[in-house]
Amino acid sequence: MPSNKSVSDAPITQFINCRILRDNELQREDLWVREGRILDPEKLFFDEQGYADKRVDCGGSIIAPGFIDVQINGGYGIDFSQASEDVSDGVSFVAKKILEHGVTSFCPTLVTSPPEVYHKVLPQVKVHDGGPHGAGVLGFHLEGPFISAEKKGAHPEKYLRTFKSGGLEHLMEVYGSLDDVAIVTLAPELPGSQSVVRELSQRGITVSLGEHRVLLLVSESVSVQPGRFHALSNPSVSAVVQFHHRDPGIVGLLTSDRIPAGRAVYYGMIADGIHTNPAALRIAHRAHPSGLVLVTDAITAMGLPPGRHTLGQQVIEIQGLHAYVAGTKTLSGSIATMDMCVRHFKQASGCSVQEALEAASLHPAQLLGISPKKGKLDYGSDADLVLLDEGLNVKATYISGEEVWRKGQ
Amino acid sequence: MRLVILDDYDLASEWAAKYIRNRIVQFKPSADRFFTLGLPTGSTPYGCYQKLIEYYRHGDISFKYVKTFNMDEYVGLPRAHPESYHSYMWNNFFKHIDIDPANAHILDGNAQNLEEECQAYEQKIAEAGGIELFVGGIGPDGHIAFNEPGSSLVSRTRVKTLAKDTIVANARFFGNDLSKVPTMALTVGVGTVMDAKEVMILITGAHKAFALYKAIEEGVNHMWTVSAFQQHPRTIFVCDEDATLELRVKTVKYFKGLMHVHNKLVDPVLSIKDQ
Repeated sequence: MPSNKSVSDAPITQFINCRILRDNELQREDLWVREGRILDPEKLFFDEQGYADKRVDCGGSIIAPGFIDVQINGGYGIDFSQASEDVSDGVSFVAKKILEHGVTSFCPTLVTSPPEVYHKVLPQVKVHDGGPHGAGVLGFHLEGPFISAEKKGAHPEKYLRTFKSGGLEHLMEVYGSLDDVAIVTLAPELPGSQSVVRELSQRGITVSLGEHRVLLLVSESVSVQPGRFHALSNPSVSAVVQFHHRDPGIVGLLTSDRIPAGRAVYYGMIADGIHTNPAALRIAHRAHPSGLVLVTDAITAMGLPPGRHTLGQQVIEIQGLHAYVAGTKTLSGSIATMDMCVRHFKQASGCSVQEALEAASLHPAQLLGISPKKGKLDYGSDADLVLLDEGLNVKATYISGEEVWRKGQ
Repeated sequence: MRLVILDDYDLASEWAAKYIRNRIVQFKPSADRFFTLGLPTGSTPYGCYQKLIEYYRHGDISFKYVKTFNMDEYVGLPRAHPESYHSYMWNNFFKHIDIDPANAHILDGNAQNLEEECQAYEQKIAEAGGIELFVGGIGPDGHIAFNEPGSSLVSRTRVKTLAKDTIVANARFFGNDLSKVPTMALTVGVGTVMDAKEVMILITGAHKAFALYKAIEEGVNHMWTVSAFQQHPRTIFVCDEDATLELRVKTVKYFKGLMHVHNKLVDPVLSIKDQ
């Protein structure tokens, strides 16, 4: 019989026969959900004299907070940076598909583009909750155009920009609006960036440093800015970690003693086995395990079957986990899914199951400042869940306590 | 009394759990006729609770028609505190079984009016028809529940200030910081437990041996309140070897010699599956 309804009429679901990720460990505990959030069963028992309406037998599965992908450029033939009339449909399509990978929230990412693209695309997609329709949109990740020409990687050089005087106003001119933006990647060594970083942080936007070679130089000033910093590893540079004893680069930032208390540095890594050297994964993980954020940085070709595909101006050839510019051996981007990244990260770094799962859930949530609502299974957290087997393969995905995907259905 | 002596803690826990199981199954509780069980907390009954949970998981026993009344609770400790007796009972027993939360009674150490809370508790026990089987433990100072040395042997549920021995014994649950241990508790009285149809006291470990000696080989005395049960018609003491270390060899031999009789109470072990 359910509760005496002193607190709520809503039905209560109890997930049994499972191991849940809580307090940095896998615990053999049941998980209780009511009204889309994790419920404290002890309070339910003593305060409300209530118990579950429904029990879900998880068959020994692991339950982790739903994965959060903060860097994904598209997938299934859809390119978020394409200025089309129905961006919203495209984002929704991908949002629905990535539920299969255990992703319950994401940041659609736009690569360096001309202002027209931002002005067209940004207003079409608002921050919104996930559900049976797809993963929740936490806000856009704007990667560029304020990044350095030196390390531009795959970003088209002609659209790169520097800050004209008036920092934030210039940024607003380019983007049009920051209302539904969660992350901005920019180059901190560009003059004028400091005030921009400060103002973005004040608006609650996470600032990501898109250039790692001068990270240590900048970190002294970066570290006194308010906000969260996300040091991104540029995927087209094969050696992510450039370590020299007088210029420790990214490793130096990760282990810097100049990060003030209460601030944190996070760094994104694509653990697809191709774009990041396994040794780099291990070094970064060991240097600063609690800051490691797994991202897919998935391109349009993610999710498409092997073979040739014409995507916009390009022809891509998919072979296994590699996506090449057709007819060449040049990688065009990563197509690994988030759950693949979690599995590969665990295997390459030798980390524990808990650490691998936290890198895809807790850390991105902390990076965006949305923990513990997201990224955790604490009482009161949103019941966005991913059920996994021993090998960390996704068996089912839940958003707000509702099943939104199940393997085999 | 029955003095049931098992070789070690695990066997003693199992014997006690089997006895409780048989009593409940035999009683055939139903919606019109609940089995009322008095319960303790602490490290001694932990093994017994584990076994009962196992029996529930195997479908041999159900707590659907069982009403429980815990012996005691600290005063002033937040209910959600990991060392509260509410937390103990939830984590070590209630969350694993099918008891109806409305039937799980524990004294509220944070009640506005502690005296009223105690009186209401006595009332609830009376309304439930009294306790069928009260399970308890013994403190190193011979107390039952928090009926510290000097407690009236006909006492009822009330507020008690804890004795130094008890606070010291409990410090290990509060990071060995004596200042963090609660100093008062609500407890059922000696008289309250004496009213039960049957009483089962679990005593394990060498550190309890002297208390057991005082409780059963010396006189009825309010300094060793468990001794009151010498005057109860149906008391069972379930112990391990270590707990008997201070008893006379003669006592131990006599009761060990009766084990074949005692074991008839738990063998065969009954199951609701057979009903």
